[in-house]
Amino acid sequence: MGKLFGVILTIIALVSAYPIVTHKYVQPEDISTHGHAIDEQLSDTMAESGFAFLGSQLLLAFFVWKFSERKAGAKISNIPGGAKLMVVAAFILIGTEVLALGVLGQKAWANVYFTAPKPDAMQVQAQAGQFAFYFRYSGPDGKFGAIHPDKIDEGNQNFFGLDPANDVESRDDIVSGELAIPVNREIQLLMHAKDVGHSFYVRELRIQQDFVPGLDLSVHFTATKTGKYEIVCTQLCGLGHYNMKAYLNVLSQEDFEKWTKQKISEQ
Amino acid sequence: MRAKLVSMTAAAALIFAAALLHARAGGGTVSGKVTYEGTPAKPKPIDMSKEPSCAKQHPTPVMTETVVTGPNNSLENVVVYISAGAPDDAAPSQAATFDQKGCQYIPHVLAFQVNQPLKVVNDDQTSHNIHPLAKINHEWNKSQPPGTPPFSEKFGKSEFIPVKCNIHPWMHGNFAVLKNSHYAVSGGDGSFSLPNLPPGKYTVTAWHESYGEQTQEVTITGNETKAVSFIFKAKPY
Amino acid sequence: MAEASVQQAHVHAPPESFIRKNVFSLDHKTIGKQYYGLALVAVFTGMALSWLMRFHLAWPNAKIAGLELLSKAGAPGGVITPEYYLSLLTMHGTLMVFFVLTNAPFAGFGNYFLPIQIGAEDMAFPRFNMMSFWVTFVAFLVLFTAFFIPDGPPTSGWTAYAPLSAVGSDAGPGLGWGQNLWAISISLFCIGQLLGSLNFISTTLDLRAKGMTLMRMPICTWAWFITSCIGLLAFAVLLPACLLLILDRMAGTSFFIPAGLVLSDRLQNHAGGSPLLWQHLFWFFGHPEVYIAILPAMGIVSHVLITSMRKPLLSAKVIIYSMMSIGFLSWMVWGHHMFVSGMNPFSSLLFSFPTLTITIPATIMTLIWLGSLYGANLQITSASLFALGFVSMFVSGGVSGFFLAQPSIDIYLHATYFVVGHFHMVMGVAAIFGILSGTYFWFPKMSGRMMNETLGKLHFWITFVGTYCIFMPFHYLGMAGNVRRYSSFVDDFMAPLLPLHKFITIAALITGAGQFIFLYNLIHSRFRGKPAPQNPWNGTSLEWSIPSPPPWNNFGGKHPVVYHDSYQYGLKGSKGDYVMQDSPEQIVTE
Repeated sequence: MGKLFGVILTIIALVSAYPIVTHKYVQPEDISTHGHAIDEQLSDTMAESGFAFLGSQLLLAFFVWKFSERKAGAKISNIPGGAKLMVVAAFILIGTEVLALGVLGQKAWANVYFTAPKPDAMQVQAQAGQFAFYFRYSGPDGKFGAIHPDKIDEGNQNFFGLDPANDVESRDDIVSGELAIPVNREIQLLMHAKDVGHSFYVRELRIQQDFVPGLDLSVHFTATKTGKYEIVCTQLCGLGHYNMKAYLNVLSQEDFEKWTKQKISEQ
Repeated sequence: MRAKLVSMTAAAALIFAAALLHARAGGGTVSGKVTYEGTPAKPKPIDMSKEPSCAKQHPTPVMTETVVTGPNNSLENVVVYISAGAPDDAAPSQAATFDQKGCQYIPHVLAFQVNQPLKVVNDDQTSHNIHPLAKINHEWNKSQPPGTPPFSEKFGKSEFIPVKCNIHPWMHGNFAVLKNSHYAVSGGDGSFSLPNLPPGKYTVTAWHESYGEQTQEVTITGNETKAVSFIFKAKPY
Repeated sequence: MAEASVQQAHVHAPPESFIRKNVFSLDHKTIGKQYYGLALVAVFTGMALSWLMRFHLAWPNAKIAGLELLSKAGAPGGVITPEYYLSLLTMHGTLMVFFVLTNAPFAGFGNYFLPIQIGAEDMAFPRFNMMSFWVTFVAFLVLFTAFFIPDGPPTSGWTAYAPLSAVGSDAGPGLGWGQNLWAISISLFCIGQLLGSLNFISTTLDLRAKGMTLMRMPICTWAWFITSCIGLLAFAVLLPACLLLILDRMAGTSFFIPAGLVLSDRLQNHAGGSPLLWQHLFWFFGHPEVYIAILPAMGIVSHVLITSMRKPLLSAKVIIYSMMSIGFLSWMVWGHHMFVSGMNPFSSLLFSFPTLTITIPATIMTLIWLGSLYGANLQITSASLFALGFVSMFVSGGVSGFFLAQPSIDIYLHATYFVVGHFHMVMGVAAIFGILSGTYFWFPKMSGRMMNETLGKLHFWITFVGTYCIFMPFHYLGMAGNVRRYSSFVDDFMAPLLPLHKFITIAALITGAGQFIFLYNLIHSRFRGKPAPQNPWNGTSLEWSIPSPPPWNNFGGKHPVVYHDSYQYGLKGSKGDYVMQDSPEQIVTE
């Protein structure tokens, strides 16, 4: 039965690794300026851990095949090099991997989190609440009206708690259920949570960031391809979590201006 | 002697029944119109892009229904009911139906009686959760996946209850749970009519979800129609 | 005289009544079996819940017959609602992590075998030991009650992230009393584990037999000892965190709730709290908890492998030091659960390095197991198959850790099925393989009867192949961006991935069904199995030096004396190729 174990484990290991080795796994295309660094890091890691995975599984399969249920009185021996070899091998193999991935990987992370948005980046406020995203643009005056949680009235489409009666800045704010942005323009997303924790995840943008109640964060990105993409919530937020989504609508500059005009007329 | 007593009782019963019938069929009526003065808030288009299966049912955007006005300053969706003077009625067995269709509540304001069955229907291809934000009654919050049968609920106490769907936050409606059968919800022209009122002194209340309540005293003496009008003050914001 | 009285203090009479013998027992062996039994109930419940979830994911509109009886609101007409899916998910996670992965390998086997393996008569504090189980049992009942309350079971996941878990029923169904019961249950569970951990530590340090130096202890004893040190610290953090959560929920405090939250159109009357505080406290416990689950399994697997290979590991010391360094590093990595949580991005880098570093001791252990197989004479038994399966699962689950340890990749993979695949393999299934290996190995000692090997091997093959069929595809789903914790997949994006979900569900149903072979084997063998000899596997440690099952005071009132290291195999002993730890004979190397 040891031989059977060897065979089955070999099959499992090869089948498991097949999509990685042949690059046949599904991954949505990258439409961001920073995403390629993440994707490269991902594929480097895949190569290194694929090697570790196959190496260890095949070795395990081979050793079990070879050294199980031997004849009575078979000579018990130890691998040349013994424990020292194993420890040294682990340090060299994994140590370099850790260093390589750890150090190189920081570049991709830094691209996203350690760079400031450009001064001309367009600011959009995103609010996550049970169970929808809403986006707010400052409108013609370039200023966001203040948020008053007590004024939130969802049945009346006042998702942000604006107070147009007293706050002039809020009157021209554009509120939308989809995130329309111009292509090739940096966007700074100001993230605000209305109730519980949520997350902003766009697969194609290679962006994921939690909304934290009481802590307004921001992320910035540039989309390089027009089209509609899904924005989904990835932080468990309650019964409607599975259906908490919105669309990212990347538009050409002209289309974006048209969209803005249309929205202003609706306010 | 005995036969006479029986026939007299029968006659009395008949007269009483006839009087009762008369009161039911005829009686007084309170009718009128609900209007507003001032500038009401503009209805806002509802962005349903989050739920494509609903969005595609509406070629033009659906508007918010918290304030729905009609021609000649008429105000729709106002619950007009007898808040005092009429006895509590037993609940009818026929259910009041609350439909979810195209990610909207139909009707927006549903009036029904205490302990009357409420039937909740989901006609959409998506899950809704029905969350009546009750304060006096027991609050509940239930999902209704697409394709599941309607469910039934009851409210044991009189209350105006805002209803919402958390999954589709724009979905907003109201339950008016009332003690007696004398109620109406104003229509597109703001009109309402409360028929079959036996003679007596009544307090008529009009309730609007944004503009609050107004009351008027009415005395019905016989088979008459009393005109009562309500005028709400509207604000642009 | 003085010595005699010390001895007297330790001797207690065997219990007479049924209740003192089997229910409120002070005997560590009974308590160990009680923990194991509780874990068994929990694991089959948890598995049934995962079946329901998998079934719903593959066929979202299918009616599940009879489910309406369990919860009318949760499954109207047999169709699982989104909130009930989250209830199933929360209960599955909580049952599995706390009541299975902590209870069985650590509290269950540890209670039973730690005192025996060090030559002690019982735990240091038998009464604490009994209390720890019964508190855990009450914790289980409290959690289980949540299935039957009108509010429904909690829906905030086993991590109970605040403020979702803290604001009450305005946040949705299951977050009223369901969540209260969860918080109470976990608080009680922590108390049980704290008592247990203290007991394990004191017993290991104080009650070792003569000659049983620390380095002579079997590897699994070491694993339990290190685990109890981790547990003492980890549960000591989770307990106050849960108490603060209860205060937020019931006493109106705001530890985890900031100002200005509006739920279901209601402005919450809280201000000043921090949701990230809960995450830090929870994961400060939560990451070490992973090692609480896996270290005992590592110990058990080493113990079983050595006995099956008929040779010691290349170095037991290296394994023990590796476990210690894993235990130590486990305190510095909790932030890797929070890379995209809004924590300072600089701290993500700081948490990333120890996380990557922890793979070094893990790799050393794997290589030691692998390298030790070279030149062995491996006996294939159900126990050794599951031990080998553990090594394979640990590798598979371990390599995916490389991805998630890097914040940059975590941006893309966080909260996807990749993560679910990773932790199910490395802490879930791997630890379960450890438990199963231990069960097949020690069942003869615990019950006095042998388990059926044919059924055991059949069970292994179904479980081993099935597990790979279930959890390997998870990684590919994750790379495609499939988000976890969704009760159904409404995105257009998900449509092409649904066939894979169906495949996984079918694999899960078959693999789950295979577990009933194990259950049958366990129950049948308990009553009808072949009588077990004292030392069926020719083991060397002290549990094999006493009858099967052991008498109530383990060594029959005698005090064993230990002469050797724990694993003297591949030799010429008087009984065969091994020398028992308590055998005074000289070691002759072949």
